[in-house]
Amino acid sequence: MAIANVLLVDDEVPFVETMTKRLSKRNLGITSAFSGMEALARLSKESTTEVVILDVKMPGMDGIEALREIKKKHPLVEVIMLTGHATIETAIEGMKRGAFDYLMKPCDIDVLIAKVSEAAARKRKQEEKILEAKLKEITLRRP
Amino acid sequence: MIVIVVSITPMVLVSGILLYQFRSSQRDKIHAHLAELVQSHKQSIDSFLKERLNDIRFLVSTFSFEELANDLFLQDRLYTLQEELGPVFVDLGVVNERGIQTAYAGPFKLGRAHYAEAEWFRKAFAKEHFISDVFLGLRGLPHFIITVRDNWNGQNWILRATIDFVAFSNLVSGIRVGETGFAFIVNRDGEFQTKPIREPVEVKSCCSELIADGSGGGDKVRILEKRDQSGNELLYVASFLKENEWLLIFQQDASDAFADLNRAVKVTILILLLGGLGIISMAFILSKRVISRIARSDQEKEMMDEQIVETGKLASVGELAAGIAHEINNPVAIMVEEAGWIEDLLQEEEFKESKNLDEVKRALRQINTQGKRCKEITYKLLSFARKTDSRVNEINLNELLEEIVALSSQRAKFANVVISTDLQEDPPLVSVSSSEMQQVFLNLVNNSLDAMEKRGGVITIKTRVGGDYLVVEVMDNGPGIPKANLGRIFDPFFTTKPVGKGTGLGLSIVYGIINKLGGSIEVNSTVDAETTFRIKIPLPKNARKKDLLTTA
Repeated sequence: MAIANVLLVDDEVPFVETMTKRLSKRNLGITSAFSGMEALARLSKESTTEVVILDVKMPGMDGIEALREIKKKHPLVEVIMLTGHATIETAIEGMKRGAFDYLMKPCDIDVLIAKVSEAAARKRKQEEKILEAKLKEITLRRP
Repeated sequence: MIVIVVSITPMVLVSGILLYQFRSSQRDKIHAHLAELVQSHKQSIDSFLKERLNDIRFLVSTFSFEELANDLFLQDRLYTLQEELGPVFVDLGVVNERGIQTAYAGPFKLGRAHYAEAEWFRKAFAKEHFISDVFLGLRGLPHFIITVRDNWNGQNWILRATIDFVAFSNLVSGIRVGETGFAFIVNRDGEFQTKPIREPVEVKSCCSELIADGSGGGDKVRILEKRDQSGNELLYVASFLKENEWLLIFQQDASDAFADLNRAVKVTILILLLGGLGIISMAFILSKRVISRIARSDQEKEMMDEQIVETGKLASVGELAAGIAHEINNPVAIMVEEAGWIEDLLQEEEFKESKNLDEVKRALRQINTQGKRCKEITYKLLSFARKTDSRVNEINLNELLEEIVALSSQRAKFANVVISTDLQEDPPLVSVSSSEMQQVFLNLVNNSLDAMEKRGGVITIKTRVGGDYLVVEVMDNGPGIPKANLGRIFDPFFTTKPVGKGTGLGLSIVYGIINKLGGSIEVNSTVDAETTFRIKIPLPKNARKKDLLTTA
């Protein structure tokens, strides 16, 4: 089983391709998208995605906007902002809007995997809690 | 030049018009004054003559011919008249039809004198009464006579009285105005009837002119201004008297008559000249000042333009840098990832035997390292290019410094540095941009932290009011700055930090900000002891006053 299921979103095709290969090699389940819209479509189709790695600057729907949409539709999915822009402001903005963390391009792959693992763990924990709550509700429900 | 013309022309025009008005009115006034003078004297002379004639008429009508023909009686009458009037009448005589003086009273021996041939006698006999012109007569002295004709026993006779020439002359010579004004009387032939004080110049020509002008006679006073041969302007005022036979002429040099007027004109012209001179010099001074001010502002504008161009250049360089920084990280990331991918692949069995494996791995690590370096560079470039908010607010610097301490506390902990503060309570507010101040103090604190990273230490931030300034000191007991570097630390791009760590811009930005505020920054450092940056921020003017009051 993969360490985590990741959706990699970036308009830089070579980056996505290489990253996919490298992350797959490190036992991560990777799907990819090249724009914000595509990412949203993928998320709707594949419910297994746990972590989205999201580029900030993309044509059309940018990272911040995509983040807002993802959080609206899939609040449990964790998002790590990955930016080639060395501006702190967008990173801070992302964090405020519910991103799990931010990373600057180029980033160390091990750091990235560590962050992805943390994010996935948090997501699973959240899901567990929700499951627990549901279970409690079901078991305590009176016939 | 235009300024001078514009300011002087109205002044000259106004003064000219005023002067002209003043001159003509003053002239009229002087003319009127002289005319009045002449008129009044003419009247008094006329009345003098009339009175003397009446005196003689009185004698003729009061006394009979027999009485008057008596020398002794006549002598008595003469005495009586002289007693009454002074020596006005010189002598009296009774002349018969044949021109023989039958009786005489007076100082000359003129008894039985024959006047039949004398001109006056003919004229006197033709008229009931007669006043002659001045003539020498038998006595050889200038005199004139008054005669009154009467009839006795069918025969005409005349009583003749001689008027003292000197007494009569005094009537006229008493008229003196100024230094050169005097009067005299001439008859219609231009012969003097009184003795003028000075010999009137060209009296003939001017008299004839006056006589011709006044041929109609009457009470009218005539005024004539004429230039004599020597070029002197003369003023004549004349009036006829004695039934238009004589002319009373008053003569004065125009320069004397109009002395006051001329003086006023001279003073006005002097004032005009001085005023003009003042205007010209003021115009010069003012235009010079204006020109120098324009030149200065031009220079300032030029400098400002240069600065704007420079700032514009910097700004566009900054924007360019920011644009590059934004875009460069993506390709760098791809390169780094590709290198990483190669590294990943090298782990596979088929490459493990390769003899250059280590060398390839080293090269890949290098690519990775340099990629990260690129990231650092672009990050710094962006920070530098980013515009700080330079809006000025009144802020409490203590709060800002506490914030700096809080921001740096994490780094300080790792560097084993304690940041302490010694802040003056309730300091006066300063007008500064808080983001610029953050930049200033964060740069100073960061520099201290960088310097003390190895050994740890204490940073002290101190504020106090000194004179018109709020003084902030940032002290550390780090390694200090070598003397050789002290003079250069504010130079742009001067850095002692390892390559890739410092940009050399921090302190020059600090210096620029403080300088722009009108403050100052100085540094004292002793190697291996301590370093102090002392920043003076000017207090707003109202705060200075308040401070003075509290210290007083």
